[in-house]
Amino acid sequence: MKEQGNIHFCGVGGQGILLASELTAHALLAAGFDAKKSEVHGMAQRGGSVEAHLRFGKTRVYSPLIEPGTVDIMLAFEMMEAVRYLPFLNKKSIVIVNTQKIAPPIVATGKMVYPDHCLDAITQQGIALVPVDAFAIARKVGNLKAVNVALVGVLSLYLPIDEATWVEVLKKRLPAKILDVNLKAFQEGRKAGK
Amino acid sequence: MTQKKSTQEKLWYSGNEALALGAHEASVRVASGYAGTPSTEILENVVNYKEIYTEWAPNEKVGLEVAIGASFAGVRALATMKHVGLNVAADPLFTASYTGVRGGLVIVVADDPSMYSSQNEQDSRNYAYAAKLPMLEPADPAEAKEFLKLGYQISEQFDTPVLLRSCTRVAHVKGVVSPGEIQTSSVTPGLVRNPAQMVMLPAHARGRRVAIAERQKKLAEFAETWAENRVEMDDRSMGIIAAGTSYLYAKEAFPKASFLKLGMVNPLPEKMIRDFAAQVDTLYIVEDLDPFIEMRVKAMGIACIGKEKIPAIGELSPSVVRRAITGDVGVATFAPVDLPPRPPNMCPGCPHRGLFYNLNRLKVFVSGDIGCYTLGALPPLSAMDACVCMGASIGMAHGMAKALGDEGLGKIVAVIGDSTFIHTGINSLINTVYNNSYSTVIILDNRITAMTGQQPNPASGTTIMGEPANSIDLPELCRAIGVKHVRTVDPHDIEGTYAVLKEEIERPEPSVVITRFPCVLTPEEKKRPKTPFTSSTENCTGCGMCLRIGCPSINWVPLSPEEAKAMGKKEKQKGYALINETTCIGCGQCLSLCKFDAISTGETK
Repeated sequence: MKEQGNIHFCGVGGQGILLASELTAHALLAAGFDAKKSEVHGMAQRGGSVEAHLRFGKTRVYSPLIEPGTVDIMLAFEMMEAVRYLPFLNKKSIVIVNTQKIAPPIVATGKMVYPDHCLDAITQQGIALVPVDAFAIARKVGNLKAVNVALVGVLSLYLPIDEATWVEVLKKRLPAKILDVNLKAFQEGRKAGK
Repeated sequence: MTQKKSTQEKLWYSGNEALALGAHEASVRVASGYAGTPSTEILENVVNYKEIYTEWAPNEKVGLEVAIGASFAGVRALATMKHVGLNVAADPLFTASYTGVRGGLVIVVADDPSMYSSQNEQDSRNYAYAAKLPMLEPADPAEAKEFLKLGYQISEQFDTPVLLRSCTRVAHVKGVVSPGEIQTSSVTPGLVRNPAQMVMLPAHARGRRVAIAERQKKLAEFAETWAENRVEMDDRSMGIIAAGTSYLYAKEAFPKASFLKLGMVNPLPEKMIRDFAAQVDTLYIVEDLDPFIEMRVKAMGIACIGKEKIPAIGELSPSVVRRAITGDVGVATFAPVDLPPRPPNMCPGCPHRGLFYNLNRLKVFVSGDIGCYTLGALPPLSAMDACVCMGASIGMAHGMAKALGDEGLGKIVAVIGDSTFIHTGINSLINTVYNNSYSTVIILDNRITAMTGQQPNPASGTTIMGEPANSIDLPELCRAIGVKHVRTVDPHDIEGTYAVLKEEIERPEPSVVITRFPCVLTPEEKKRPKTPFTSSTENCTGCGMCLRIGCPSINWVPLSPEEAKAMGKKEKQKGYALINETTCIGCGQCLSLCKFDAISTGETK
């Protein structure tokens, strides 16, 4: 991993995407990087497509927005959403994707179908894909909401931040009553990603 | 939060959190405003600083008037709003420019280029020019905090309200912010009578008009030497004038160019601009939205390139700026894949859904308003036919009724949320009654300002500070206005609501129907035990009735003729509906639509 990078988080409103991006930002800061993150609130959070841009570097980060074609790592919480942001990727991007399907209203009401094998659009470009069943990890650790931290666990393998720093950030940023379950999800995520 | 933060400490703050910290460090004492993306979280964070009295006002005009009053009383005051909110607050804004201030007064206005959560893309800088006020424009959270503090100094030094322009990419961007020193006001709080300055009679206003011209001249001189208007000379073949986030985008796109970075966009430092222009070969003005700086630079007779290359529509980005100026498209990008769209949707169990289902059935023209319920315009509900601005639904419905007379009777309704009704809908309801209209107004009373993230309003019964407060009795208010027919219904009761709506819409008099049920995201509703429904695959005939409410908890499972046959169903059955029991909250709307006993109550959780 280079000294600066662009991480793109995407998924469906309500999946815990913003928390995942927050934890990652704090880990980067703790590891001595400058960072900027951009989110969209409001209407976008009502079950719609959600994205967060996180940029980091050893020198000052100016723009909070990732340019198309310049994502180093994508952390996608839903398969079709990974494909939706394909123009942000390049051949060297790494795409970590939660192998979960969430039907948008137009699919749920039978007007359109969820595309089969949609991730092919990414692999066909020769882009490295890391599929993770984060929902299964969340179920295994006993909290369905831990999907986001499980995915952060996978992401942690691809960033120049040591494990202890991550664990410290999780301990500092997560409420005590959900900490243990999330620490487990983080470790399971790391295992799944290896 | 009275203890002083160490100035060594680094904080990871959004622009809105940084502005709240800035208010604390600037010793602001009164803060008021109305929620609106992307400005909402400023006051939600200011409230954490206990020395600042913080409130949600019913609308932005009231919020600014509260801040003006606090300034007159000699304390530093803050008003916050989104760009369209400044339209509502424009009346006090223009005259507060004349009165000037006692305690410092800053108005934070958050623009939304690209309209992520807004109905238009107006550029607030035009207000600064029109109201003859200084405007500061920070580029990121760290600058947002510093500029707010500087704004209070400028406000008191020049006896003027100060505008601070934020935007989505400052408000909702997170970055590193350092806490600073607490700065205090030199003004002594108290009531000081100064009618020549504070009572804007025409005779007084004429005097103030001249004073403002003097103030503008002094501010323009100040802008020439103010440290936040700064030159960064590098490669002189390209010079760029930019402010706010546009500076960051241009800097990223052209790191070697020379820059004049403006911290203040009104008034502009003319001499500084002339000097900079003289030192560079080609001068570009990079700015979001309107050619605000460009027009003024061109009026100075300085050659520059602006909107003929830089887009005036939508937010800029480094790639947009680079492409606009050099034609360089940058790295080749993959073409987007055609996918089913995923627009935002009302939540499972949202009380609005049942109402819009009924309005769709009634085939009425729905004059709509601003809130989560604007999503009622999208399929399959497809039951909103007009939406302009906060509070407009009622006035527009009345206008339609007057335009069409008897032809329109029974065909027009206005739909408005509780918070929006209180914001600017009440006046229009008064007008509807006063001028003998017949339109039906539906108030969607979900007890909260939902879309911006659960802010209490004057009908909610609490304040932003968590104190108990009066909760407006909406039916009594409507009766006091003179509406004789006020009915309250449970929007989850589809058939009951339908019957009431039909009766009131046909009535040749003004009427109000209040659909009352709390938003599913209120803390009380979240805590309430839920009884989700279950669907019977066996009984489901695939008729699709339950899908018409567009609930995210009901999924259509398509079947091939073979699969249908294997399940013991008719071959022509195209699929069946499946309820997602983990997201269903058991609102019951779908139950009343199913004629085949395929939906039933599950276990309480």
